[in-house]
Amino acid sequence: MRIRVNPNLCQGHNRCFSLAPELFEVDEFGLATALNDGRVPAGMEEKAQLCIDNCPEFAISEIED
Amino acid sequence: MTDTSKNENGCPVHDWATDYDVMDEGYTRNPAPIWAELRQKCPVAHTTRWGGSWMPTRYADIQEMANMVPTLSSRAISVIPPDPVLREELIAELKAYGTESPPITSDPPEHSPYKRLILPFFSPRAVAGYAAMTEEICRGLLDELKDRDTADAAVEYAQQIPPRVIAYILGIDMGRAAEFTQWTQELLELGQTDPELRRAARTKIRTFFFDQIEHRKQNPGHDVISLLLDAEVEGRRLSDHTVAGICNLLLVAGIDTTWSSIGSALYHFATHPEDRKRLVAEPDLLPVAVEEVLRYYSPVTMARKVTAEVCMHGAEMKPGDKLLMTFPAANRDPEVFERPDEFVIDRQQNRHIAFGTGIHRCAGSNLARMELLVGLRLWFERFPDFSLAGEEGVTWAGGQVRGPRNVPVRLSA
Ligand code: HEM
Ligand code: SF4
Repeated sequence: MRIRVNPNLCQGHNRCFSLAPELFEVDEFGLATALNDGRVPAGMEEKAQLCIDNCPEFAISEIED
Repeated sequence: MTDTSKNENGCPVHDWATDYDVMDEGYTRNPAPIWAELRQKCPVAHTTRWGGSWMPTRYADIQEMANMVPTLSSRAISVIPPDPVLREELIAELKAYGTESPPITSDPPEHSPYKRLILPFFSPRAVAGYAAMTEEICRGLLDELKDRDTADAAVEYAQQIPPRVIAYILGIDMGRAAEFTQWTQELLELGQTDPELRRAARTKIRTFFFDQIEHRKQNPGHDVISLLLDAEVEGRRLSDHTVAGICNLLLVAGIDTTWSSIGSALYHFATHPEDRKRLVAEPDLLPVAVEEVLRYYSPVTMARKVTAEVCMHGAEMKPGDKLLMTFPAANRDPEVFERPDEFVIDRQQNRHIAFGTGIHRCAGSNLARMELLVGLRLWFERFPDFSLAGEEGVTWAGGQVRGPRNVPVRLSA
């Protein structure tokens, strides 16, 4: 599974980072990027989906690998 | 008994779609049934009360409106408009200085540089650094309740945490927390229907920060105020007026709001023993439960000023009209949330917008979450068996910031 944060939509709510610090990095303004080029480690797929479903800006999506 | 269904002129509300009243006591206590009806019947309702406004209730519409900047402008964000005297003052200040309390009162392109100025003080990393201080504050408050059977969980605990935390961050005297709370309440809550009080509170806060600014100029430190005095936006230092405006915002934005959320959480767990027991048994559930508290008891409604014609669901909004950003109503939309009017303590999918959405997303959201997590965790450790000491003692404030103002509890079983 591979995910991406759309930097034009992300407003830095940091829901993703608090749910799964293993999957995201945030800068000092709160803007998020997916770690590891968005590749979700095996076993973390459910958590990644949870982040997609909790982002208030609809900024996280699954992308083609 | 007073008839709570009457407006400020004593007229009762017959039709919420064309005549809603945000200060109605029944609405403040339980707005959800009214939102549910409006969402079906009239998704953008209207009223002439309190200066007149439009009120959307659907999640998708509120998302869309929050992103219609600057057509829906943040230059007027009060649910109840300022009285004519304050209005004149605000217009004169805007002319003289260009800004009031950025970023919250500004639109693009002005908004972003001011927001970027304050965000680093509230990043996840910065906030982690405030956790130990917050724990100390909460422990001190809990120690005061040690030998007591009952307490007011809103007044003696929830209300006490946010002013102390923000005082620490701003580098101002924590010992004056009670005053800071009073100013905030006078500005955002009591002052909404009492213009004299609102103006006086505004002056008190500004005067306080102008004094602080003078002091920092003589004795610069590493606190937020000193850093703001040193900061530049587009190559220019901020005026004292702007620094005072930002400090005013940072002081008041986090007090009523966070206090309301902590208070709502304590009210909820005092009245729902099954949820309380679950949290005692599964403390790891707290972060998920806190998001549900934020969704179900969302405290904050903001306003926007319409600057160009906008038509939505037949509502024809005209320049100069006011629009409410009813984030709390969005968070009960059945299109987005299953069983929206139920508090589901382990709700996993929870795309709530209690902290707003779009460019004005709450700058203090990480801080508020931390205060909720620390405040509740320590309360539960100390008083796992607390319960409500009587519903009749519970009072709610509404309008801009909704939350319980008194929550009498029995501290142990
Ligand atoms: C549970 C507590 C809180 C809630 C529910 C809340 C809610 C909100 C909401 C809904 C907005 C959006 C305003 C808009 O769209 O016009 C906002 C903005 C803001 N909040 Fe909070 N807030 C909380 C706590 C805090 C705290 C602790 C601070 C820290 C000082 C803070 C600082 C701000 C600031 C500076 C803005 C303006 C951001 C901008 O305009 O870009 N808030 N808040
Ligand atoms: S939850 Fe969404 S908006 Fe918030 S930081 Fe993550 S990607 Fe950005």
